[in-house]
Amino acid sequence: MIKDRTAIVGIGQTTFGKGIEDSELSLACQAISAALDDAGIAPSEVDGLCMFAMEDGREVQVARNVGCGDVTFFSEIGYGGGAGCGVVGQAAMAVATGQCRVAVAWRARKRASKTSRPWAQTKPVLGGDQQWSRAFGLLRPVDEVALLARRYMHEYGATRDHLANVALAFRKHANRNPNAVMYEKPLTREQYMSARWISEPLCLFDNCLETDGALAIVVVSAERARDLRRKPVYVHSFGQGLPPQHTVMTNYYCDDPLRGPSWACAQRLWANSDFRPADVSCAQIYDAFSPLVPLSLEGYGFCGRGEGGAFTDGGALEWPDGRLPTNTSGGGMSEAYVHGFNLVLEGVRQMRGDSTAQVANATTCLVTSGEGVPTSALLLRN
Amino acid sequence: MLIPDIEDEDSAPFWEATARGELRVQACGGCGRMRHPPRPMCPHCRSLATEWRRLSGRATVWSFVVVHPPVLPDFAELAPYPVIVAALEEDAELRMVGNVVSAEGAPINSVDPATLAIGQPLRVAFAEVEGVHMPRWVRD
Repeated sequence: MIKDRTAIVGIGQTTFGKGIEDSELSLACQAISAALDDAGIAPSEVDGLCMFAMEDGREVQVARNVGCGDVTFFSEIGYGGGAGCGVVGQAAMAVATGQCRVAVAWRARKRASKTSRPWAQTKPVLGGDQQWSRAFGLLRPVDEVALLARRYMHEYGATRDHLANVALAFRKHANRNPNAVMYEKPLTREQYMSARWISEPLCLFDNCLETDGALAIVVVSAERARDLRRKPVYVHSFGQGLPPQHTVMTNYYCDDPLRGPSWACAQRLWANSDFRPADVSCAQIYDAFSPLVPLSLEGYGFCGRGEGGAFTDGGALEWPDGRLPTNTSGGGMSEAYVHGFNLVLEGVRQMRGDSTAQVANATTCLVTSGEGVPTSALLLRN
Repeated sequence: MLIPDIEDEDSAPFWEATARGELRVQACGGCGRMRHPPRPMCPHCRSLATEWRRLSGRATVWSFVVVHPPVLPDFAELAPYPVIVAALEEDAELRMVGNVVSAEGAPINSVDPATLAIGQPLRVAFAEVEGVHMPRWVRD
């Protein structure tokens, strides 16, 4: 097992916004460069590169811009927002198994870019999984998730108020985070309830932002981490999840479509962990769409089947007093949507103790990637 | 319009059937289990043998959404329109994404979404879209 054998020792990010002119490759290199500076490690020491398969810039381009030396491990993970914890986890595996010594993982994304919004570039003749969805007008990721959300609400009595709990909690956290796109924009329940539909039963505020930006992390061995300038944040446990009969995005084709990839991922994550869900100080849960949060809360074992909606009541997700402060930087819905990679960096900040919504005495943080797609998760500790 | 690739090696028989006004799904030639979407190997017995079994065309609404803008240009004039998942009568795990219409040949925005509900009974109909016979669903 890789338990606690590696640590995240550097984080870096660009500004978040819309219409940033720099290319995705440039943004990636800026974030990686900042993460290396944060760690106090020279680029020539980087010998491991782990990235999303959807990245625009390739490993060779990153390596020759940042100034890497001999790279001895490189890997890519598919399925969009499912890959965020995956690239960090594979970086940790590569370091722990001696395939490299300094690994970086990153995500750079621009909303207008061809590689970042595949649904908007749908080809007129559809093959693969898309022929069974897009041709019927089920066009966008939000539509695919809304179908699950409607069924979830029907089966378990979850309501729009529960989804509003999610959106409002994350917005409150963003209102404390000067780097968040929604830093200066409060959100009320009335605004949520009167917002326009995007894919009914989901409204505008059930959707993540669309953001330009990039983020990166640096992983080294736990031994090396203790000699570096930053407080080590250990990769305690890591999992990936691809359940039976899954398609690229959502799965209506099995006996239990509401048991998503989180469930498969959680089994490995907890099996390889010394902690249980009740031990987790705070969580960063992938929130491209609000229903993914209650579904993930169930998948990762914070509550029982069908209880994810009710779990959000009473401010449970809100800093500082909720029982599970979640997406403490604002998450994809209110900080920035960079395919969930900003969730990884917020997990690191919580473990370092310097979040803008810092959970007192936080010792463990769960970070998850996209529910609804083949996914991944990390349990970080300090 | 966005249309499926009717020459897709796995799914071509589905579209050949709809062109004849039949709803067929792939079934394993070994163990007989039906599956959708179609694929080369049966995940239950690993047989590569397949047949295409005709269904009754009866189903129920498993879930539905109402798609609002912004959408792709091909669908922009139709929005808002509902999209459903139909649960097919023959097997609880057999489901298809589709559209409820008011009558055979009617557009996908022809029903009032407020009248849709999970569990409503459906029967299949077909609509030709640029030479492809798309399954549609009308309420029974």
